Amino acid sequence: MEPITLNWYLALSAVLFIIGVLGVLLRRNAIVILMSVEIMLNAVNLSLVAISQALGETSGQILVFFVMSVAAAEAAIGLALVIALFRRKTSVDVQTLSLFRR
Amino acid sequence: MDITFYFPPLADYVATFPMLVLAVAALLCVVVDIFYNDAKGVAILAGASLLVTLLFEAARLSLPPAKALYGMVYVGGTASLVNMTILFSGFLTVLIAQPYLKRLGRNYGEVYALLLVAVVGMMALGSAANLLTLFAGLETMSVCLYILTALVREKDGAIESALKYFLLGAFSTGFLLYGIALIYGATGTMDLSDFADRLASTNAGVMFWGGTALLLVGFFFKVSAVPFHMWTPDVYQGAPTPISGFMATASKTSAFAAMVLVLGRALPSAQWQTTVAIVALLSMVIGNFVALAQSNVKRMLAYSSIAHAGYVLTGIASATPEGYAGALYYLLVYTVMNVGAFGVLAYLEHDNRQGDTQTVDSLAGTGQRYPLLGVVMAVCLFSLLGFPPLAGFFGKVYVFGPAVKSGLAWLAVAGVLTSAVSAAYYLRVLYVMWMKPSPDDAVAPQFEGVPPLAAVALAGCAAFLLLLTFTPWVMDAAVAFFRDVPAAIVSLP
Amino acid sequence: MLASFIPLFLQILMAAGLAYTLLIAAKKLGPKRPNAVKTMAYESGMDPVGTARDRYSVKFYLVAMIFIVFDVEVVFLYPWAVTFREFLTRSPQLGLFVLGVVGVFLAVLTLGLVYDIKKGGLEF
Repeated sequence: MEPITLNWYLALSAVLFIIGVLGVLLRRNAIVILMSVEIMLNAVNLSLVAISQALGETSGQILVFFVMSVAAAEAAIGLALVIALFRRKTSVDVQTLSLFRR
Repeated sequence: MDITFYFPPLADYVATFPMLVLAVAALLCVVVDIFYNDAKGVAILAGASLLVTLLFEAARLSLPPAKALYGMVYVGGTASLVNMTILFSGFLTVLIAQPYLKRLGRNYGEVYALLLVAVVGMMALGSAANLLTLFAGLETMSVCLYILTALVREKDGAIESALKYFLLGAFSTGFLLYGIALIYGATGTMDLSDFADRLASTNAGVMFWGGTALLLVGFFFKVSAVPFHMWTPDVYQGAPTPISGFMATASKTSAFAAMVLVLGRALPSAQWQTTVAIVALLSMVIGNFVALAQSNVKRMLAYSSIAHAGYVLTGIASATPEGYAGALYYLLVYTVMNVGAFGVLAYLEHDNRQGDTQTVDSLAGTGQRYPLLGVVMAVCLFSLLGFPPLAGFFGKVYVFGPAVKSGLAWLAVAGVLTSAVSAAYYLRVLYVMWMKPSPDDAVAPQFEGVPPLAAVALAGCAAFLLLLTFTPWVMDAAVAFFRDVPAAIVSLP
Repeated sequence: MLASFIPLFLQILMAAGLAYTLLIAAKKLGPKRPNAVKTMAYESGMDPVGTARDRYSVKFYLVAMIFIVFDVEVVFLYPWAVTFREFLTRSPQLGLFVLGVVGVFLAVLTLGLVYDIKKGGLEF
């Protein structure tokens, strides 16, 4: 079997990224949207690590650390906002975010 | 490698002094808040640290631009200008927000800690010399702003707008990050100064241009340019009013500055100029025309801020150092007038008790009842409109002029025409404030007037805009400084 | 180049097919005589307490959020720990400096923890 080249990683990452984007666009549950965003970020992490490894240059992997901590911070804030929304509306459906829609 | 490489020289600490001071001040704010529970002390600490760093950056304004901390951030020169704009916005916001939040019973110490951390993130974003700094700064800023938006969490709409901002913001972060990854894959570097060389030596393929497109999407979202503007009105309406002013000015300034650094320095302009010009046109047209239809004042200002993003993008689309300098000048002026306008609205909320549902009609007669607020609003709105002798007018000259020189005359014409349209909604607010009589039942409920510090800040906004126009030596100094800015942008290391 | 993956795909297909066949066979062929004790949820031999679909208290989310943040910050300690010895052997002075750097990082995290405790984030 031939070795797995950079292109395979990039293709997998692109597919994951598109799955994440579709999840954000199609799902209505705020928590599922949050999870889809995390899929997008992790798809990018995969590319960054693969590219970094292929180039033999470390800044991509350093960026991955930042992305991971940012993803954690975003998850914490996202969950807090979803809980606050649930307390007001007893629903986490983003379609209920309609106060400003006329 | 030499050991001394690992110790950043003292000069680096001096050069990044504002970021360090503000980061430490933010931590101190948390300490003071948890151990002494003294929100007033925290506000003073935050205001003082912002003022000190503002003066420090002002002193570094004339230094030649350089890099610090292993080539991660730009310091001095134009970077100082951008940082000054951000710090100015933060400082005015602290002065205006403190009494406002106190009235709402929301004067938490955390607000100021978050504000300071957001300012640090903005400064990192606005002076990023590396995609890593850019991402870290952008996210530091965004995460703090998500929380600040939801500050008044019992109010209808605050959580909604924060959640909307958060979900769309995180979504756009994903695009921006994917763009960074692709550009990194195509060039093998994250250092903005290396892009030009790498692109010259290798053939920029689909990966690089795909990455650039995704990066642009992320930036357009953060500066709320059409068609990535949908979140803006909802978020500005739901957030506490002074915070909306802060978001509309400081976060846009830093994102635009980063855009200038990435697009202007690192990428050949032929490839992105048309895209940016079209986005600028759409922002100006849609921002101004939709603003006409708004009855809610904060939504109106939100759409006006979309239009102003279009004006700034016009300067960037010209793809010349003069255009970038014009964009930076415009951002400075725009920051002052928008912080002023949102500040006035914040205090008028206390008069008519309408909170975030404040409509244009509800402002009837407020100009006569509160002359200070009325005058400041008049100066800010005339300047936003670009009325000839005011600072906003010169801002428009500085962004439209370079666009004409770069062969984008159609864009400049569109800008001037849509500015004329904007007169309709800006002047309507002033007309209602000054000419319409107060309704008969207009009691001034529990309104003791504008608190002294906020009054100073608001008067300061108006004075700044007037000084820039009517005082010859300030004008000369500004012109002389901005004449050097294009050269400084060209000579960035 | 895809041809080299054909054995892998075949194996995946066979594995899925076998699992599916066994499930169907068990359902079709097995005798079904349910009673109350048999259908009871299995909780290590104990009698089940309440329904399995209970909602968790929102307090657990708070703990989860705090956990996520502090847990992930540990990723910054791994690269530090791996390279620390190298710095130390190069020069003790440098080692001390690098130790100080991570000390600042941990101090900021600790401040966050103190904030959580003071604000009652960890109380029940």
